[in-house]
Amino acid sequence: MARDSQAALVALNRFGFGARGGASGDLINAASDPRGFVKAELARASGVLLEAPGLQSTQQLGQAVFAYQDQVKQAREAAKATAPAETPAPAEPKPVLRRNLSLNMAATEIAGQTTDTKPADNASKPETMQPGAAAPAAKPAPQPLNVIQKTFRAEALARLQRATLAACGFTERLVVFWSNHFCISASKGELARIWAGAFEREAIRPHVLGRFADMLRAVEQHPAMLFFLDNQQSLGPDSRAGQNRKRGLNENLAREIMELHTLGVGGGYTQDDVTSLARIITGWTFAGRQGQLGPPGSFVFNTNAHQPGPHMLLGKSYEPTGLAQGEAALADIARHPSTANFIATKFARHFVADDPPPALVARLRDVFIKTEGDLKALATVLVDSDEAWQAPLTKMRSPYDFLVASGRLLARVPEDPGAYLNNLNLLGQPLWSPAGPNGFPDTSAAWAAPEGMKLRLDIAAQIGARLGNNIDPLDLLEFAAADAASIETRKAVERAESRPQALALLLMSPEMQRR
Amino acid sequence: MTDCIENRLLTSRRSLLLGGASFAAWAYLPKFARAADGHDPRLIVVILRGALDGLSTVAPLGDPDYAGLHGSIALAAEGAHPAIMLDSFFALHPAMPEFARMYRDKHAAVVHAVATPYRDRSHFDGQDVLESGHAGPGRVQSGWLNRALEALPRGERVSSGLAVGPTTPLVLRGNAPTVGWAPVALPQADDDTAMRLVDLYRHRDPALAMALSQGLQLDKAASGDDMKRKPGNAVAQMRQVARGAAKLMAADDGPRIAALAFDGWDTHANEGGPIGRLAFLLGGLDGALAEFESGLGDRWRDTVVVVATEFGRTARINGTDGTDHGTGTIALLAGGAVKGGRVISDWPGLKLASLHEGRDLKPTTDLRSVIKGVLQDQFGLSDRVLAEMVFPDSAAARPMKGLVA
Repeated sequence: MARDSQAALVALNRFGFGARGGASGDLINAASDPRGFVKAELARASGVLLEAPGLQSTQQLGQAVFAYQDQVKQAREAAKATAPAETPAPAEPKPVLRRNLSLNMAATEIAGQTTDTKPADNASKPETMQPGAAAPAAKPAPQPLNVIQKTFRAEALARLQRATLAACGFTERLVVFWSNHFCISASKGELARIWAGAFEREAIRPHVLGRFADMLRAVEQHPAMLFFLDNQQSLGPDSRAGQNRKRGLNENLAREIMELHTLGVGGGYTQDDVTSLARIITGWTFAGRQGQLGPPGSFVFNTNAHQPGPHMLLGKSYEPTGLAQGEAALADIARHPSTANFIATKFARHFVADDPPPALVARLRDVFIKTEGDLKALATVLVDSDEAWQAPLTKMRSPYDFLVASGRLLARVPEDPGAYLNNLNLLGQPLWSPAGPNGFPDTSAAWAAPEGMKLRLDIAAQIGARLGNNIDPLDLLEFAAADAASIETRKAVERAESRPQALALLLMSPEMQRR
Repeated sequence: MTDCIENRLLTSRRSLLLGGASFAAWAYLPKFARAADGHDPRLIVVILRGALDGLSTVAPLGDPDYAGLHGSIALAAEGAHPAIMLDSFFALHPAMPEFARMYRDKHAAVVHAVATPYRDRSHFDGQDVLESGHAGPGRVQSGWLNRALEALPRGERVSSGLAVGPTTPLVLRGNAPTVGWAPVALPQADDDTAMRLVDLYRHRDPALAMALSQGLQLDKAASGDDMKRKPGNAVAQMRQVARGAAKLMAADDGPRIAALAFDGWDTHANEGGPIGRLAFLLGGLDGALAEFESGLGDRWRDTVVVVATEFGRTARINGTDGTDHGTGTIALLAGGAVKGGRVISDWPGLKLASLHEGRDLKPTTDLRSVIKGVLQDQFGLSDRVLAEMVFPDSAAARPMKGLVA
């Protein structure tokens, strides 16, 4: 039984997002057939898709941003026209920045507003707490969210809910893995922020159990990526637009395609190849607000910006076939042996160990080559490997993993993403907003940092304070690890001086921090 | 004893010793508040989570076995920090001068050798029993204070400034609507929790132990700079919660009934005697009582504060100069309405044969009797309501008479 529980932990924690609390029976189900439990999700490729009421397409969202920007501009101009020069535009109440650590955002927002010396200051904002209920009845109306913020939160919520509810979470982890591999950053600007969720839904999810080449093309043609890595600004020097505007090439996207998305550093490409690929994909852009090239916010190939002529890339000449030229180049890069090696290594590193077993990497690389980048086959080799089940659970849960796993264990489906988003910011993994195009790190050292651990503890204590009184931490330990829990963890939870403390310790235990 | 966490680093880097303090109150005035006779009773329930060592707080110096059992942490009538004699037998911990003053003024009382009906030693279950008012654990839908409120005629809604606090203690959870208030957003885990986690990591995950220790700046603390104890912090934290609660409750339309919880009383190691860890905590509690008194002003006259804990601790100290989970302990009463100046106890004695299961102070008073007595005197609840609704199946634990003046 101990052995089965250990395998169940691998199934749930290494491959998935951790056991769900409540009546899920996840640990027992996983223990009875660990590999089958993980693989069950691979059988339904359509289950990876994410559709939720209110989530819109990239094109719709692009138009929403343009409309919003027009509105802001008009309002500003109207204010300028009616107000004397000295009068500043009506000040928008600036939201107070505060550390918000709890699962229940509304409650701590209010708690955060109270001060240590002047309780009477709260007189203007009476609030009730329903007895026994975790959620307060109301919160003070902050500044209304604009369409970009609303969209970002709705996308985040849909993703968090899916991750919280998934049976194992293996395909959701694959989504997160590929989304980070092909990351954009929402902090690039309003378009990136409103598109961040749609990018993942449209370019990543449909291909997580499909073909790498298809994902690659979908990603590099997605307006979010084109915007993030500036390709909409890149003009072929000899194209009509380049000639007219006296502007030219931007290599950003082309370099990252080869360095980060496919071949990897040292993958056998040169600066000439970067420049050449940049030329090949000139004209890959999205239609702007005027809609001259197509429906605003949609991917278009702009012939006028495309560098004419054949181009040499990685020793092969690509004929001037317009859009097809770049698509052919990407298809070749996708099946390059360096790509197979790069992806296999990264895949094994995420799922098995920071220094992944070379034999496993080799098998993953081979199946990637043999199947021409069949990602379901890749995932299957991983689950079928002995390495993935034998390697000790030493990977550190990322902040996202930690928060989602905690929510699953507590059987709390988020209704508001605010607390998650704040905690992710705090822990250094702001959703869809890595610091660079290389995404968030995927090594334990990055996430087991001193400050990060201290902050995790603070968050765990907050969760404990909020929810600990309503749960039995020993039941949760059974849900989370059963007899795979160490004696020390069990003792720490049993002997905690209160349920809130017990819950905090459980959430921080190695069983909940490692995967 | 592996039952404990080393507390040598307890007084580390951070100012917040008491992250778990919280406060909540009933949302309505009782109907009879501001009645013609001017009697406007207030009740504050303070829960000490973690199990208070009653024998170290109010020490039976007159018991010949006390000094031997409590050993290195026993209080004494002499020495640099003498305990404060309450009568010829019992003495108060020297960290509680405010309570001592109230006691002298006959506005504070001690009930000793008291316990809930719970006889096992799990904090969680013990707190459930203490706060739910049921005879056994596992009934956590509502607390006895909330059910007492349900039995009161509901007056007008409290309209003063109360915001949502982080959590309502079980004792006040239930059907009767309550409001909460948190004095500060307390974003940091308390040091006790942090130390327990470092201890767990040291045994199971050295890499995380090192990372977390560095994050907590324990290295610096251990090397000297921060090792100086800061009793001011504990005191300040508890005082702050009490000050805020008192201010809210002093208002004409403020809540009349409130519950607070203070954490951190699980003193398995290095509990300390007249000075030390428990002394800090008691100093904080003492300061909180003083804040209630001064903050409630004229209302203190009609106020009763009940201080209770889930169970006591072992009569004999353990191998780490602390005490383990026990049974009998104390309850404290303070407030202008208390008929004080006395230690109420049917003292069982500390002879081995007298100890509960040979290790704990034997409870001779049911905590429910104490609380029922207060509820009856303050709010006029009937025996039947108290025995059936507030503390179900507690008819045998009759309300203690004469606790309130």
